[in-house]
Amino acid sequence: MAILEVQNLTKKFGGLTALNDVSFKVGEGQIHGLIGPNGAGKSTMFKNIAGFYTPTRGDILFEGKSITGQTPSRISMSGIVRTFQETTLFQEMTVFENVLVGTHNRSRTNIFSAIIGLDRLIQQQARTSAMQALEFMGLEDRKHQLASELPLGSQRALAIAIALVSKPKLMLMDEPFAGMNPEETRGMMQLTRKVRESGVTIVLVEHDMKAVMGLCDQLTVLNFGTLLAGGSPEQVRNNPDVINAYLGGSHQV
Amino acid sequence: MPGTVIRKTVAIGILFIALAILPHFLKYHHQDFLIFLVINVLVVVSYRLVTLTGEWSLIHAVMMGVGAYGSALLSKQAGLSFWISFPLAGGIAAIVAALLCFPLFRMTQFYFLIGSFAAGEAIRLSWIHFIKPFGGTSGISAIPSPELLDIDFLEPIPYFYLVLIIVTICLFLLFRIEKSRIGLTLHAVHWKASLAESIGVNTWNYRSLAFITGSFFVGLAGALKVHYIGTVTPKQFDIGFMVFILIWVIVGGYRTFYGAILGAVVLSVLDEMFREFNELRPAIYGAILIFSILYLPAGLESLPQRLKRVFGRKDRQMERT
Repeated sequence: MAILEVQNLTKKFGGLTALNDVSFKVGEGQIHGLIGPNGAGKSTMFKNIAGFYTPTRGDILFEGKSITGQTPSRISMSGIVRTFQETTLFQEMTVFENVLVGTHNRSRTNIFSAIIGLDRLIQQQARTSAMQALEFMGLEDRKHQLASELPLGSQRALAIAIALVSKPKLMLMDEPFAGMNPEETRGMMQLTRKVRESGVTIVLVEHDMKAVMGLCDQLTVLNFGTLLAGGSPEQVRNNPDVINAYLGGSHQV
Repeated sequence: MPGTVIRKTVAIGILFIALAILPHFLKYHHQDFLIFLVINVLVVVSYRLVTLTGEWSLIHAVMMGVGAYGSALLSKQAGLSFWISFPLAGGIAAIVAALLCFPLFRMTQFYFLIGSFAAGEAIRLSWIHFIKPFGGTSGISAIPSPELLDIDFLEPIPYFYLVLIIVTICLFLLFRIEKSRIGLTLHAVHWKASLAESIGVNTWNYRSLAFITGSFFVGLAGALKVHYIGTVTPKQFDIGFMVFILIWVIVGGYRTFYGAILGAVVLSVLDEMFREFNELRPAIYGAILIFSILYLPAGLESLPQRLKRVFGRKDRQMERT
């Protein structure tokens, strides 16, 4: 069944229409790719889903309920987390602290119990699940290092660990393979599959076509803010509109 | 790990005992100075809590005044004892801060800085213009001092002990907050607000929480100060005092808990030492600030590590020769 449903979404910035009447569905347990040439509106779509933008028109349903226009923290509490395009981490904190912040949703505390120490049990649970997330992403040896000291691949893995520890149902990954060499990309693809196998649905925006084709179950193609095509990687690859958009019609020459 | 905990506890214990006997060796006006110094430590540490989220406000001195005026009015007009008006002073500052959150935290960074300054001036000017009940520029005088058994709290030494105990408790509470999950989340809001939001942190709530809690503690500090001096005026909490708070935090360093304390203590002691050169004091203060920004951008707190590095290099050079 569809875990995420985008219905007739339109987003305008002044006179510029970044997204125009786009609809698509994401099936539960899938890796769903959102692709398209630069400026197609992929990142705008992400920001609308995650609540960083409010759609001009249209509706976003998560597990059948509308989440349109809610704040990012509310949306995240209902089970959607996003990772960011650039490596967005708490750079001056240790790897472990980074992930510990990620447990925020599930282990809240108030200032009074924090002072007296009544939240010890919650703290303990948070530490345990943070440690599990680090082991899951293969970062347990680096937990005392500062996030800013990690190599690129590990920084991305840490970003996923932060998202993962909040136990999301849906993860939005913004260009997880950007700037990676083939070796790192392969590692990242494995991690992405591993996350999916743990029961998280994934939507990713990506330019690396090889990775997208190898990883995704379903694709949605955007072009100039409109829906161009959708379907399995096989269908999309052979769609003449898609070929046209990507190659700018030069295949006719 | 436990070794360092024990060492730290012992160090804090020794410091506490040293502070407790110190006033007996001082002259009268130095005892006064010591009382204000300990109160100012609470001011900077509570300010540090506000800055943890990355938002530097210019209203902290005024929030101290809110607590001071609150306690002064409650004890003088309503006739409450210090032991009731003092905690209420913190409460009043916290409530005023909570109301201010709605307009102020719609802004961030530079706009927040200016907004907080404007809000603070609005409060401070209303103390001047509403002569009833705030007493205008001359403020409120003859504020009663605390009463407990037969202790004379008009004398500096008993009042110093009162201040020392209360400030120590407050510092402990502030330390607990910073080291808790809440403190960690405040840091997270500072370093990457967008990432914090995407994992479910309501940044508005956390900024407000830090601001309200910081205001509560500085409100207490304000009450402590005016119940000793006996008068409260708008001048005590003007932008000039706010600038001192900023300088203490910047010169001390804002990365660690003790940095701000170090800044307040070192600069206040230096300022006291230069008391004889009265006209030169602002110039000396300014020179220290510029010097420390140029040569110690990470604050006094970075000094131990720097020294270690310098001496470590010397050792290595000696080995080579």
